[in-house]
Amino acid sequence: MFRPLGNKLLSILVGLVSVLMTNAAMAEYALNLPPPVTSTAEEILTLHNLILLICLIIFVLVFSVMFYSMFAHRKSKGAKAASFHHSTTLEIVWTVIPVLILIGMAVPSTATLVRMEDTTESDMTVKVTGYQWFWQYEYLDDDVNFYSKLSTPRAQIEGREEKGENYLLEVDREVVLPIGEKIRFLFTAADVIHAWWIPQFGIKKDAIPGYITESWVRIDEPGVYTGQCAELCGKDHGFMPIVVRAVTQEEYAQWVAENQAPSDSTVSSANQGEELNAAASVATN
Amino acid sequence: MSSTAEHHHDDHHHGPAKGFMRWVTTTNHKDIGTMYLIFSLVMFMVGGFMALIVRAELFVPGLQLVDPHFFNQMTTMHALIMVFGAIMPGMVGFANWQVPLMIGAPDMALPRLNNWSFWILPFAFSLILSGLFFFGGGPASGWTLYAPLTLQGGIGVDLTIFAIHMMGISSIMGAINVIVTVFNMRAPGMTLMKMPLFVWTWVITAFLLIAVMPVFAGAVTMVLTDRHFGTAFFDPAGGGDPVLYQHIFWFFGHPEVYIMILPAFGIISQIIPTFSRKKLFGYESMVFATAGIAFLSFIVWAHHMFTVGMPLAGELYFMYATMLIAVPTGVKIFNWVSTMWRGSMTFETPMLYAIAVVFLFTIGGLSGLMLAIVPADFQYHDTYFVVAHFHYVLFSGAIMAMMGGVFYWLPKWTGHMYDERLGKWQFWLTTIFFNITFFPQHFLGLAGMPRRIPDYNLQFAEFNFMSSVGAMGLGITQLLFIYIIYKAVKGGEKATTEVWEGAEGLEWTVPSPAPYHTFETPPVVK
Ligand SMILES: [Cu+2]
Repeated sequence: MFRPLGNKLLSILVGLVSVLMTNAAMAEYALNLPPPVTSTAEEILTLHNLILLICLIIFVLVFSVMFYSMFAHRKSKGAKAASFHHSTTLEIVWTVIPVLILIGMAVPSTATLVRMEDTTESDMTVKVTGYQWFWQYEYLDDDVNFYSKLSTPRAQIEGREEKGENYLLEVDREVVLPIGEKIRFLFTAADVIHAWWIPQFGIKKDAIPGYITESWVRIDEPGVYTGQCAELCGKDHGFMPIVVRAVTQEEYAQWVAENQAPSDSTVSSANQGEELNAAASVATN
Repeated sequence: MSSTAEHHHDDHHHGPAKGFMRWVTTTNHKDIGTMYLIFSLVMFMVGGFMALIVRAELFVPGLQLVDPHFFNQMTTMHALIMVFGAIMPGMVGFANWQVPLMIGAPDMALPRLNNWSFWILPFAFSLILSGLFFFGGGPASGWTLYAPLTLQGGIGVDLTIFAIHMMGISSIMGAINVIVTVFNMRAPGMTLMKMPLFVWTWVITAFLLIAVMPVFAGAVTMVLTDRHFGTAFFDPAGGGDPVLYQHIFWFFGHPEVYIMILPAFGIISQIIPTFSRKKLFGYESMVFATAGIAFLSFIVWAHHMFTVGMPLAGELYFMYATMLIAVPTGVKIFNWVSTMWRGSMTFETPMLYAIAVVFLFTIGGLSGLMLAIVPADFQYHDTYFVVAHFHYVLFSGAIMAMMGGVFYWLPKWTGHMYDERLGKWQFWLTTIFFNITFFPQHFLGLAGMPRRIPDYNLQFAEFNFMSSVGAMGLGITQLLFIYIIYKAVKGGEKATTEVWEGAEGLEWTVPSPAPYHTFETPPVVK
């Protein structure tokens, strides 16, 4: 009874897999972390691949034993049950070996983490504030300050218009950053917790009201990199994307000159609305 | 031993009362166990329906069915109902039925408390669900109810907080009952180290429950006073600390994960030896591994919150401590595989479930190990990778173990064999649809899709489509599960006393169905 049913289901499974494979060939699925553009993301990818590989090897080893046993030690093949139920040697072996493997994983992880958390000696600082449901960016060294909101039209979200390539990953004002510089980020929030995340940079940090958290990146290549708020922050949590445009240092200097606040360096810009200022002042207290 | 069990004293005992009042006033562990299991099944369907609303919205990009606020209510309530309404009461149902039968006790030690602890639950969950009908709807801040977002919700949040208090009381009473029963009512000769592993896992779970449910109650009470009584425990505007909430929550939340999975390990440890016709390998190390996991569960909580900006030393400590959990968990998996090794295996539905749990839970366990690696966690955290991880642990761990347990003990409970052919169909459909639903979510998370979002970029479309198709199939398959149970309750092939050829333990010495009163004279265990 087990076999014929198993065979039927297996054929369904094979059919499904083949359908999916042809789809995969057409759509080019992303199956792993996106291509890194910072040394941090690069190191994380290496670490991820290493640990995934170790896990896969353990998985295959353990379950080839199990499946062999399921095949060979079945009653229908006349297998008689053995009577052993204990082996101190084996139990010591499979306690000690995992510990050694874990130590092997912990060493590179620790090294990467120590580098990631070192925010000293940065070249510039950008303060990022999360709001329900948009972001504010303050370039503390360059007097640039603006808000960045989703720019995908409502009609696309509601299906009255065709969705663009950057659907939900586009904003009215992009964060422009220079490549090659060590950029320190300070994160906070004005209302609830948000999280700032760009997968290709390898950083994700919570923006928490009443707290300032920090992180850093050094972007290697010019380009446009997107991310999203990663901490549930209410109704429009899915609609507060992050778009970073990484440019050369000359282009960055030019952008700063064009976007600098006119004279004084007060953080709040009057035309952004009263509530925002009130909210921001709570956050920075 | 079976003759002892069948021995009745008809002069001072009677069968169950008739009608509705039987169930309201019952103090019988079997009746209460049945009610717990049915309640769990109802909640499983309700929570599953909510998941289907979530997956229906995520079928294709764009907002089609529900608005984002309602979407958040569905993800939140799906989790609350599955965790507190389906898995935990389901496990208590198993404990009620099986613990007295397995240790040779006539009933639970505190039968009236037992009745209470069940009857609180329908009220608690009516309260949570009623939130949907109030202005502002049900809770929408995720099952973790993180402050300050939870401070913004409507009256549904307050109802949820009261419901959490009630079900916390229920869980604690249930836990006390298990502990008192196990320590006082074991049959002569049933020493602690002879107890079936299911009983062991439940005793350890009961201690976890007593330790952490009050912590959760405290956390939500602080949210309540922040919301209505002018305190500012978690509100930064009044000097409060949102991260404090997370520390308190996860000090509860991490042991909670083991509260859900340890009894599942117990069920698996009963099923595998039976169908391998061989004793459980490494019984003692299984007990110590369970206790070890329970201990570690108290000292790893902050691995759920690596992105809050902890100091480096804190991150390193929680990473190392979390990685350690892989050791006792590995011991369990190796022991199960060794139990099967050179056994004489057959593959009835309970065994298929047990094997699937070992296999699929390990996927969840290994992705859990990956999540412990802090630098990598910065990529995985709050993405669909995490959603995939905990569904591999909770669905193909806890829920599929419970399904296996239902098929395993259903003949003992109803006196009828379930339909084996349908059982196998239900198993294969569940397993296949489960993997179609959740395996692609690993890829979605790695590619950069955050969790808890109602709409997404086109690059995530194919896997979401696949996941939604799987979810619909997974949901519909459970109607078959209900039908199989219904069919076995109504009739079917008579079950023998032993039910399964390789079954060992006191529960297989009483007739099937187990009489209303069992072990009135304690059996003697050699
Ligand atoms: Cu946000």
